Amino acid sequence: MKDQELYQEMILDHYRNPRNCCSMENPTHCAEGDNPLCGDHLEVFLKVDGKIIQEINFQGSGCAVSQASASMMTENLKGRTVEEALEVFDKVHVMLTGYHPDEEEGDKSLGKLEALSGVAQFPMRIKCASLAWHTLKSALKEEAEPATTE
Amino acid sequence: MNREDFPLLAEGVYLDSGATTQKPYQVIERIDRFYRNENANVHRGVYELSAKATAAYEDARETVARFINGNSDEVIFTRGTTESINLAAFSFAEPLMKEGDEILITHMEHHANIVPWQLLCERTGARLKVIPVDREGNLDRKALRGMMTEKTKLLSLTHISNVLGTVNPVKEIIAEAHDRGIPVLIDGAQAVGRTPVDVKDLDADFYAFSGHKMYGPTGIGVLYGKKKRLERMRPYQSGGDMILRVTFEKTTWNEIPHRFEAGTPNIAGTIGLAEAVRYLEGTGMKKVEAYEEELMDYALARLEKIDGLEIIGSPAKRSGALTFTLGDAHPHDIAHELAMKNIAVRAGHHCAQPLMNYYNVPAATRLSLGLYNNKQDIDFLAEALPEIREKFKL
Ligand SMILES: Cc1ncc(COP(=O)(O)O)c(C=O)c1O
Repeated sequence: MKDQELYQEMILDHYRNPRNCCSMENPTHCAEGDNPLCGDHLEVFLKVDGKIIQEINFQGSGCAVSQASASMMTENLKGRTVEEALEVFDKVHVMLTGYHPDEEEGDKSLGKLEALSGVAQFPMRIKCASLAWHTLKSALKEEAEPATTE
Repeated sequence: MNREDFPLLAEGVYLDSGATTQKPYQVIERIDRFYRNENANVHRGVYELSAKATAAYEDARETVARFINGNSDEVIFTRGTTESINLAAFSFAEPLMKEGDEILITHMEHHANIVPWQLLCERTGARLKVIPVDREGNLDRKALRGMMTEKTKLLSLTHISNVLGTVNPVKEIIAEAHDRGIPVLIDGAQAVGRTPVDVKDLDADFYAFSGHKMYGPTGIGVLYGKKKRLERMRPYQSGGDMILRVTFEKTTWNEIPHRFEAGTPNIAGTIGLAEAVRYLEGTGMKKVEAYEEELMDYALARLEKIDGLEIIGSPAKRSGALTFTLGDAHPHDIAHELAMKNIAVRAGHHCAQPLMNYYNVPAATRLSLGLYNNKQDIDFLAEALPEIREKFKL
């Protein structure tokens, strides 16, 4: 058994006080994500103006890891360009599936998001942490059109 | 009881036997011995090794049949409960169905006893009807009586719920269904190995179960079917072993139960399953049942006292499973924290989403018992929970 603490203070803080956790009127992009194994459900809403993510919200239900990951994601991406957001997605993906920040020099650009790096040690939890990010990606892939209420 | 027979239990507290049980070394060694000393294909070679393997394989069928009080030609080996139900759906139910006919299941079924029927309905135009469950987790018997009509072609229900632990009064229900001429399939995945099962006494038309949930290996299970039903059924998969004679013009099906077992079977798994049966017979199913019942009462009493813990359902008779929520804590977080303390429980929807939706919980935590659990296991769990509840309080 690993004795590393998965629930860093940062994660518990975002779980207890999620940022940007509400629905959005007239988003330019939105998508829903499900993790069928655990019943987690998430929606991500964005307002993209030109290339800049002006607003990003999420809402849904799930474990502390999935909620915190979503909350930290919105905090990190607000104000960034779509292109940057997709770069962060790639880096987070690598981190969650096995990259350890302390083993590699240089790339510290993930900042606070590195609190999620412990997830890599728990294969069963990777999907919890990545749900928000995959939902983001599918929202950004959609054409900028008025969101449906489906 | 018998804790020392299970090598893997030394790793920690295992409270997930509803998912799969641990295996006693008797079963592990029996499979090992088969591969070392007896391995050959069955029903084929004339050499001694093949004769030995065939004898062990057919002996396993007799052992399993004896255990559930069926005849050996009524025991079909499958990969598990899921395949058993699919087999019954394809070979028994499908040819009976016309548009507008009905199949009854209950609101507490595992997906394995829902989805095969949905697909069957899509193929035939039959309709799936769901018998309601009350808040306590008991089947609504009155509703069931009303739902059995001349359109009903089959009733398929679980013996013991893998979420609520409800033990359904299947014997009475089968009798009621038979009064109306309706055949009944019982999903016994959670029952065999927990309670004595006598298919003749129950008068079940079909009874499905899995080896891996009764201390046997994975990849082997059983569909028991009454002989008069099996004889009229079409084959399931086709190929070798399930035929008597093949020409390019015509193929004659083998006798039951071989007609339903195409291809080389899971020989080692079957032999391992028979060893698990002998293990349970040696311990005594009445004893296993009484022991688990006492342990379940203890678990209920201990967990009920925990602040913020809510047990889902309180069925009239419970066996095996206890599912709960704990304050704001999400089941995944609970199971994670317990895993860090070497306690294995299950978190999620337990392959019973319609039931979870009914109780309005997307996910919950389940403990489930095996004969090797003891009060100390429950104590470890109960002592760990309050702290977890605090940690994830919103
Ligand atoms: C009530 C019930 N039915 C069916 C199944 C499916 O069994 P298997 O996966 O062995 O086919 C399970 C397994 O969890 C179960 O609990």
